[in-house]
Amino acid sequence: MGGITRYALQRLLLTIPMLLILLTLVFLILRVMPGDPVAAMLGGRNVSPQLMDEYRHKMGVDRPIPVQYIEYLGDIVRGDFGDSFSTSKPVVSEIFLRFPATLELAFFGLLFSWIFGFGTGLLAAVRVDRPIDHVVRIFHIGSFAMPLFWLGLMLQVIFAVKLGWFPVATRIGGRIAFTFQSKTGFYLLDAILSGNGKVILDVAKHLVLPSVTLGFAQAGLLGRMTRASMLEVLDADYVTTARAKGLKERIVVLRHALRNALIPIVTVFGLQFAILMGGAVLTETVFSWPGIASFLVRSIEARDWPAIQGAIVFIAIFISVINLAVDIAYSFIDPRVRY
Amino acid sequence: MARGMIGVLDWIVDKLSRGKHGLRHQTVLKVGLVIVIAFLIMTVLAQYSWLTPYSPTKYRDAPRLEGPSIHHWMGTDQLKRDVFSRIISGGKASIIVAFGAVALSMTIGSILGWISGFVGGFLDRSLSLTMDAIYSFPSMILAIVLVAMFGAGLGPMILAVGFVYIPTYFRVTRAEVLQVKETTYIEAARAVGVSSVRIVLRHVAPNTVNAIMAVSSFNLADAILTVAALSFLGFGLPPPLPDWGYDIQNGQKFLQSGSWWLITFPGLMIIALSLGFGLIGEGISDLVNPKRKRKKV
Repeated sequence: MGGITRYALQRLLLTIPMLLILLTLVFLILRVMPGDPVAAMLGGRNVSPQLMDEYRHKMGVDRPIPVQYIEYLGDIVRGDFGDSFSTSKPVVSEIFLRFPATLELAFFGLLFSWIFGFGTGLLAAVRVDRPIDHVVRIFHIGSFAMPLFWLGLMLQVIFAVKLGWFPVATRIGGRIAFTFQSKTGFYLLDAILSGNGKVILDVAKHLVLPSVTLGFAQAGLLGRMTRASMLEVLDADYVTTARAKGLKERIVVLRHALRNALIPIVTVFGLQFAILMGGAVLTETVFSWPGIASFLVRSIEARDWPAIQGAIVFIAIFISVINLAVDIAYSFIDPRVRY
Repeated sequence: MARGMIGVLDWIVDKLSRGKHGLRHQTVLKVGLVIVIAFLIMTVLAQYSWLTPYSPTKYRDAPRLEGPSIHHWMGTDQLKRDVFSRIISGGKASIIVAFGAVALSMTIGSILGWISGFVGGFLDRSLSLTMDAIYSFPSMILAIVLVAMFGAGLGPMILAVGFVYIPTYFRVTRAEVLQVKETTYIEAARAVGVSSVRIVLRHVAPNTVNAIMAVSSFNLADAILTVAALSFLGFGLPPPLPDWGYDIQNGQKFLQSGSWWLITFPGLMIIALSLGFGLIGEGISDLVNPKRKRKKV
C-alpha cells in the first residue's frame, strides 16, 4: 500500500502546477480581453465616471494586474475565492449552493450512460456481425454526432410537450417546491428522506430527461469501447478454457469476459467526467437546471470575474480528484498494476 | 452524374490509400466524403441564393409559425421566414469556424509537439504540463469562456475553438516524435551532421502526418458540435443571419407551443454534417492503421 500512497501524493503535487496554469490563463484572459465588469454590473445605466471609478476601486479591479494576481493567489490558498460581483456573496457559498444539483445530474447521467453503454456494447459483441450488431454500431457512431442541447430539446418536445410524461424543465414541480425543504441540496436524497411518495416521484421525474440527455453521448463512447474490448477478450485463451470446461455461455460472458473487458474502460472514466462537465453546461441551460455549469455561463455573461475564476478552479479541482481516484481504483481492479 | 461522383470518390480513396493496402472498398470513408462534399456545395450555392426557394433573412407575406406545408416544406418561424431556406444556408458559420479552428490548432499544436518532443528537457516538461492542464479541463466550458471574452463572431469563434484543440495535436505529434526519435535513421541523420531543424522538418514531421489526418477529421466533427453549441448559447453570428445553432435557440422559445419544426430540422443538419466528418475519420483511421480494422471473430 505504501506504493499507492506515495503515488497519490505525487499526483496531488502534480495537480497544483496544473491548477495554477489553468487559473493564470483564465485570470489573464479575463483581464486582458475587452469587457468591463463594472459596466456589465451597472447594465448600461448612465452613471458618472467618478462613481464607476469608485466601484472599480471597491471591487479592486483598478490595481495593476500583477498585484491583483498575487493577492488572488494568496486568497485562494486560504480558501477564499472572493465575493461575487453580481450578488456580493462569497463565491464559495454560491458554488456550494449549486454544486449538489450538478453532482446529482452528473451521477444519473453517468448511470444512464453505463447501463446503456455497457448494455449495447455487450449485446453487439455477443451478436457480432448480426443485424443487431450493425444497428448498435450505427447508433454508437451516430451518438458522437448528436448535439446535446438539441437532444434535450427534442426530448422535451416529445416526452414533455406532446406526451406529457415528464416535466419540461427545472428540478422540482412548482407546487411541491412550495413545501419542499432541501437539507443536503441533493433533491432526490432529500425526497427519499422525507418519505413522501409524491415528492419522490416528482423529483425523480424531473431527473429523467436531463440525465438521458447528459448521458447519451457518453453511452455511445462507452458502448463502442465495450464492444471492441469484449471482442478482444472473447478471443482470449481463458475464455476458450472456460467454454471448454462446459460453463454456461452466460457465465462465460458475464463473469470471465466482461470483467476483464471492463479494465481498459475504467481508465477513460476520468476523461469521461471532463466531457460530462462540458455537457452539463448545455444540459443545465436547456433544462433550467440550477447547477454550477449554468451558474458559470451566467457569470460569464455578467463579467463576474471572481465567480468565473472560482467556478473554473472548482471544476478543475473536482476533475483532478476524480482522475486521481480513478487511477487509484485502477490498481484495485487490475491487480497487475503496481505504482 | 452520380456515377461520375462515385468515380471521383474512388480516385480520392485510391490516392489516400496509395493503392498499397488494396482497401478500395472503403464504404465508410466514401459515405462520409459524399456527405461533407454535398454540404460544402450546398452551403456555397446557398450563399448566392441559387438553392433557397425564399430569402433566408427577409420577412415575407407568409403565415407566422406555420408547420410544414407544400409551400414551406419545413414550416416558417415567428418572423415568417422559411425554415427550409434558413437551414440550407445556415451551415456557413459552422463550416468556416470548424475548418479555421482545426487548421489553427493543427498548425500550432503540431509545431509545438514536434519541438517539444524533439528538444525534450525542461521545455518539454513545462509544455506538456501546460497542455495537460488545458486538455484535462472540459473543452466546451473553456471554449465558452474564451468566446465570451473574445466577443461574438467568426474570428473570435475560430480563435476560441482552435485554442481548445491545440493540446490534442500537441499530444499526438509529441508521442509520434518520441517514437521516431529513437529510430536508427534519425541517428544516422544526426551522425551525418544534419541540422536539428532539418531533421524535424524532413524526417520527423512527415511521420506524424497520418496520425494528424485521422485526428483532424474527428476534430472537425467535434468542432461542428461545439460551434453549434456556442451559437445556441448566443455567442455566434449576429441574429438576422441564418445559423443552425442560433435557429435552435430561437425555436426553443416556441417549443412549449409545439412548434417542433423550428428546432428539429436545424438539428438534423448539424447531426448529418458532424456524422460526415466522423465517418471520414473512421475511414482514414482504418486506412492508416489496418490493424484497427474490425477483427472477424
